Amino acid sequence: MTITDAFEALPPVPGARPWPRRVVDADIWRALAASLAAGERALLGLWGEAGSVHMALLDRSSGVAIASLACANGGFPSVAAVHPPAARFERAIRDLHGFTPLGAPDERPWLDHGRWPDSAPRAVGPYPFLPSLGEGLHQIPVGPVHAGIIEPGHFRFTANGETVVRLEERLGYVHRGVEALMAGAPLARAQKLAARVSGDSTVAYSLAFARAVEAALEIDVPERAVWLRALMAELERVANHLGDIGAICNDAAFALMLAHCSALREKVLRACATCFGHRLMMDAVLPGGIAADVADNSEQILRRLVAEIKTKFPRLVELYDNTASLQDRTVTTGRLDPALARKFGCGGYVGRASGRSFDARRDLPYPPYDRFTFETPVLEAGDVDARIWIRIKEVEQSLGLIEQILARLPAGKVLATPDQGSGEGLAIAEGFRGDILVWVRLDGGSVKRCHLRDPSWLQWPLLEAAIEGNIVADFPLCNKSFNCSYSGHDL
Amino acid sequence: MSMFESLAIQIVEMLIVLLAAPLLTGFVRKVKARLLRKRGPPVLQPYRDLIKLTKKEAVIAESASWLFRVIPYLVFAATWVAAALVPTFGAGLMFSWSADMIAITALLGSARFFLALAGMDVGTSFGGIGSSREMMFATLAEPAMLMIVFTLALIAGSTQLSTVAAFMLSPAVGLRVSLGLAMVGLVIVAIAENARIPVDNPATHLELTMVHEAMVLEYSGRHLAMIELSAQLKLVLYVSMIACIFVPYGLAPPGAGPRELMIGAAAYFTKLAGAGALLALFETSVAKMRVFRAPDFIGVALMLGLLATLLRFVSREM
Repeated sequence: MTITDAFEALPPVPGARPWPRRVVDADIWRALAASLAAGERALLGLWGEAGSVHMALLDRSSGVAIASLACANGGFPSVAAVHPPAARFERAIRDLHGFTPLGAPDERPWLDHGRWPDSAPRAVGPYPFLPSLGEGLHQIPVGPVHAGIIEPGHFRFTANGETVVRLEERLGYVHRGVEALMAGAPLARAQKLAARVSGDSTVAYSLAFARAVEAALEIDVPERAVWLRALMAELERVANHLGDIGAICNDAAFALMLAHCSALREKVLRACATCFGHRLMMDAVLPGGIAADVADNSEQILRRLVAEIKTKFPRLVELYDNTASLQDRTVTTGRLDPALARKFGCGGYVGRASGRSFDARRDLPYPPYDRFTFETPVLEAGDVDARIWIRIKEVEQSLGLIEQILARLPAGKVLATPDQGSGEGLAIAEGFRGDILVWVRLDGGSVKRCHLRDPSWLQWPLLEAAIEGNIVADFPLCNKSFNCSYSGHDL
Repeated sequence: MSMFESLAIQIVEMLIVLLAAPLLTGFVRKVKARLLRKRGPPVLQPYRDLIKLTKKEAVIAESASWLFRVIPYLVFAATWVAAALVPTFGAGLMFSWSADMIAITALLGSARFFLALAGMDVGTSFGGIGSSREMMFATLAEPAMLMIVFTLALIAGSTQLSTVAAFMLSPAVGLRVSLGLAMVGLVIVAIAENARIPVDNPATHLELTMVHEAMVLEYSGRHLAMIELSAQLKLVLYVSMIACIFVPYGLAPPGAGPRELMIGAAAYFTKLAGAGALLALFETSVAKMRVFRAPDFIGVALMLGLLATLLRFVSREM
């Protein structure tokens, strides 16, 4: 009997929707870890709860499933021992829940920096960075406080002259305890917390959270709300990608691109403010629908916006493509090996630029995307240039989606009142960075446990790999092309 | 002309470069902002920044030695003296006898040397990175500068800028290939020496990509004001040097009267504005190079300087 058969033969936990959650024993857990390592499945997330750990898996043939393992004696067999992408998840579980991953390759704390008012903090003394030994090697510590207005994170470079031998990240500086705040919170408050996990992906997070709650409580969302949510999600994607394209070029000191892209992004944000009442559309998506219907002249405003971007954006793409000095910086810089991208199962532009074609809108389709035609661009090069091109193509696709939504937007009400039920829900929504996973357990209208997994969890480690062999001075460019979330990761 | 008069002109020229330095930087920033369709800070902002910095507390790293505190003044002094040797609106500079273009190169070289020392003195990794990158560029930029100086000296028969400028004004110059090569070389050296795009980005906040800025990252308060002013002076110096050698039009000849001096001053400021606008335009249209690509770029200046010198030996007319 194969591991897939053995796992699927187990009875699903009642009340877990829409994908099954199965309680497994240590043997099946280990076998699942081995199947991750063999590349048969992709790791979607790994998180703890009182008494057990959960692992979300993506199987190409049978879709998503969750495996749960009771932590007898406060430990569980380490997945990272065979499948390195799980390492940081396990370190976080240990910090947050106290379960020991048995046989884990890396036992250092991750989110715990020894500053929590805890009776026994795990992090004591200086953080032991991984050693790099060799003649002429020197270390460059960067951060956690940076010169620009960016989030905090520490980067420890070991360099040989200018060439990076090893980069090690240390994150967790913006840990706000979102998941702990969510436990016991009523739905309205939990929704607000979810919307603030990562400000630039607020729509995607709200959407993922709302869809998880709707799955748990089996709420039927009004058709118009479903479409308007997709509209918001695509506007958010367009705004963020435009900002990113400009910012990456600006890190190569090509400020012209940033100026033009920022102007376009600003136009998107202003249109959002007019149509949805908030520039970033924060708290616009609620469990059961959306907070308010769009303003009356929205269709006209958004059509004009799309038309304007469609005339101006191609000229910017041409500018990018024709500036040799810029191409010289982006092409072949920070190459991420497609095999690594596949192994980590990383989504978004990072994965797609390295040949991993995964798009939650297409592969785990949720309404209304099943009714639209769009493409998920994929490139194999894996360098900064490829990550820019993926963004460019996604902007084009999103503009097409916005037009399709505007053309067929159904009428009706936009919010169904959620009832005070109980249940478990899992949702995966495609944010601009990649797939956001939200798992929620509801009990009598309030959240019992909620886990939010940012796409950056699976992208941050790859940045370490992508920079290897590049020069120190190219790191900001690579980092910006990844544009991982600090707050989404640190929670 | 009396001794007093020429001394007065020399002092006025020294003060003009000092006072015009922040203005040129402010102007370049303004033009760049306008090219990016931004409003940009006021042209006088660099003056305000300098005043603000002098009023601020100077935070000095615990590991810094006395060298760290002295160097900003040393760098400023060396740069200002070097700037005093470059004719701005009049060619007959009184201090010219004391030092020539080789001395200017040496003064700027020693200023850089001290700045690199200061970068390493505090012992932070960014200072070390900045110093090492700066010296890597300098190893190519300085010989390139010297080759250009030799070319000019072979043509004008002197290494003193006042004499070179006076010669350039005379009809004996003619059109020469070697001069063209030297000009392109000098512009490249100027871009590299002033830490402009594509060699360095003066506006970046990314510590890891900095060259000049990384070296002076630990400076604050009045020390930083000195260093910023030195950097602004250096930009004026290079612009003045390129202007007085290659576009000497309007430059008042030695012993000129007040009218010619006025014309010279007007021409000088026009040249500064023109160079500032060109620099802004150039910086807007290219991206920064990879650190290891920059030596190739500066190496072109070295090759051009070498070629120009060689051409002079091949033919007197070239």
